[in-house]
Amino acid sequence: MRLGFNFWLGATLTVLVIFAGILAHWIAPFDPVLDADLMNSELPPDATFWFGTDGQGRDVFTRILYGAQISLTVGIVSQVINSIIGVTLGMTAGYWGGWWDDLVNGLTNVMLAIPSLIFALAVMAVLGPGLPSLLIALGLTNWSWTCRIARSSTLSLKSQGYVQAAQTLGYGDLRIMFTQILPNMMGPILVMATLGMGSAVLAEAALSFLGLGIQPPFPSWGSMLTDARQLIQLAPWAALFPGLAIFLSVLGFNLLGDGLRDSLDPHMRTRKP
Amino acid sequence: MTTPLLDIRDLRLSVPLGRFALHPLLKGVSFQIMPGEAYGLVGESGSGKSVTSLAVMGLLKKPLAVSGGQILFKGQNLLALPKREMRRLRGNRIAMIFQEPMTALNPLSTVGRQIAEMFVLHQGKSWGEAEKLAVEALDNVRVPNPDRRVRNYPHQMSGGLRQRVMIAMALACSPDLLIADEPTTALDVTVQAEVLRLIKELCAARGTAVLFISHDLGVIASICQRVGVMYSGCLVEENETRALFASPRHEYTRGLLGALPRLGSRSEHGRQRLVDIDSIIADRSKLTESRFITPRELDGSQP
Repeated sequence: MRLGFNFWLGATLTVLVIFAGILAHWIAPFDPVLDADLMNSELPPDATFWFGTDGQGRDVFTRILYGAQISLTVGIVSQVINSIIGVTLGMTAGYWGGWWDDLVNGLTNVMLAIPSLIFALAVMAVLGPGLPSLLIALGLTNWSWTCRIARSSTLSLKSQGYVQAAQTLGYGDLRIMFTQILPNMMGPILVMATLGMGSAVLAEAALSFLGLGIQPPFPSWGSMLTDARQLIQLAPWAALFPGLAIFLSVLGFNLLGDGLRDSLDPHMRTRKP
Repeated sequence: MTTPLLDIRDLRLSVPLGRFALHPLLKGVSFQIMPGEAYGLVGESGSGKSVTSLAVMGLLKKPLAVSGGQILFKGQNLLALPKREMRRLRGNRIAMIFQEPMTALNPLSTVGRQIAEMFVLHQGKSWGEAEKLAVEALDNVRVPNPDRRVRNYPHQMSGGLRQRVMIAMALACSPDLLIADEPTTALDVTVQAEVLRLIKELCAARGTAVLFISHDLGVIASICQRVGVMYSGCLVEENETRALFASPRHEYTRGLLGALPRLGSRSEHGRQRLVDIDSIIADRSKLTESRFITPRELDGSQP
C-alpha cells in the first residue's frame, strides 16, 4: 500500500494532537485553571510561558495541551456516534430497500438541508451547554454523509457473489450485514469518520466560541479564542496559538482522511509511471 | 416407487411488463428429483434454468414472482413456507454452488472461518469445534494441506480451489439437495473434470441429490442420470440421459445435440457444418404453448 507525503504529514499532526491530549497532565508546566495569576497576565511568549499568557495570567501552552483533550474527545466520540447512526440507517436502508429506504433517504435529505451548525445550536439550546450535550449535538448532526456512503456501498455489495452465496447458505439478514457487508465497506466509512473528525473539531470550536460548548474556566480551543478576542491587540498570542492548534489539528485529520482514502479506494489511487 | 425429494409441479413465474402485462418466464415447469439422484437441466441462456433454481431456493428478487404451481421438498410446499423456515432449509437441507468461484467468497475472512460459520449457523457448534470440522471439510474436498489452507484468504487460492471451498461450504451440513448452477463454467477444462468428479463422488457418498444446471451437454452426460431440456420457459423434453442422447424426441433437443462437435465425426463423414440454431432470440411472447420452436428455424441438414 502506497501512502503519500500528505498521509504522513496528516498522521504526524494527528499523533501530535493525540500525544498532547494524553500527556497533557504530565507535560504541561502549569495547571490550566488554577494557576491564574493576574500579575502575569498578557505576558508575551518567553522561556517560562512558551506561548505567552492570557488575560487572567494562565499559561496558553498548558491550556492548549488540555484543550487537545476536549477536541479529541469531541472529534472521536461524535464521529463514533455519527458512524453508528449513519451505518445502521444506511446499511439497513440499502439492504432492505422499500419504504424503509425511502424513509431513511428522506431523513438524510432533510438533515442535509439543515445547516449542521444551526441544528447543533438547536440541540445545545435544548440540552444546555457542557461536554455531554456537545457530544450528543455533534453526534446527531453529521451522520447524513456517512449514511449515504453506507447505503450506496451496501447497494453495490449486495450484488456481489459472496453476498448472494451467503443467502443461499442460509445466512440471516443481520448476519449477512455484519459478516459480509460491513467489513467490506469499512474503508470508506473509516475515511468519512476521519474527515468528519476535522469538521467536528471545527464545530466544537465554533460552539465553544459562541459560549455553548465547554464552559469557562475549563480550556477548549474555541473558548480560548473567545476570551482572547477582547485582547487581540494587547496579547495576540492568546488568540494566535489556539487558532493555530485548531488549524493544524483539522488539517491533520483532513490530510489523514485524504491519505486513507487514496490508499483504500482503488479508483482514487494515483498511478505513477 | 419412493416419493420424490423435490417435486416441482406446474411452476409458473412471470415478470411484469409495463403496467398491466405479465410476461411469463416459466410456463408450467414440472419435474421430480428422487433422493440421491443427479438431475440435469440444460438449455440456452434465458431458457429459465437459473430462475427455476432460484425459485427452489426462495431467492427470487422483485419483480420476479412465482405466479402459480408448487415446489414440494420432502412433501413440504416451499412456496408456502415462512421466511424463517425457508432460511433454515437453505444451506442446511438445500445448498447451492455458483458459476463464479472468484467472487463467491467473502474476500475479508479466511476460508476456514467461512466454512466453520456453516457449522455454527446450522448445527449450533462452538467456533472451536467448527474450525476443526472446517479442516475436515477441506480435506473432504481434497484440498491439499487443509490445516494450513483454512487460514488462507480467498485471494490466496486459485479458481479451482475456491470452487472446492464453495463445495465444502455447500456440503458442510450434508444437504439432501445440492443445486449446482453451472459450477464449472468458469474453470478450465482439467480443473473442470476434477471438480465434476468431486461433486459426483461427494454427493454419492452422502446420498445428496443434485440439480445440475448447465448448457454444456458433455458435462451433463458425465454426471446426471436424468436430463430435462428447457427452452423458453418450458421443459420441452425429459428422459434418462442415455436415452435422451441416443434418441432425442424434441426438435430443439435434436438441434442442441447437433450443435455439439463429436470426436471423430469429421473423419467419418468428411467435413460437415455443425447444426446451427438460429441464434437470434425470437420474440418470446410468440413462442408459447405449442412448445415448438417455429419462430426460430433450424438451419442445416443434420438430424
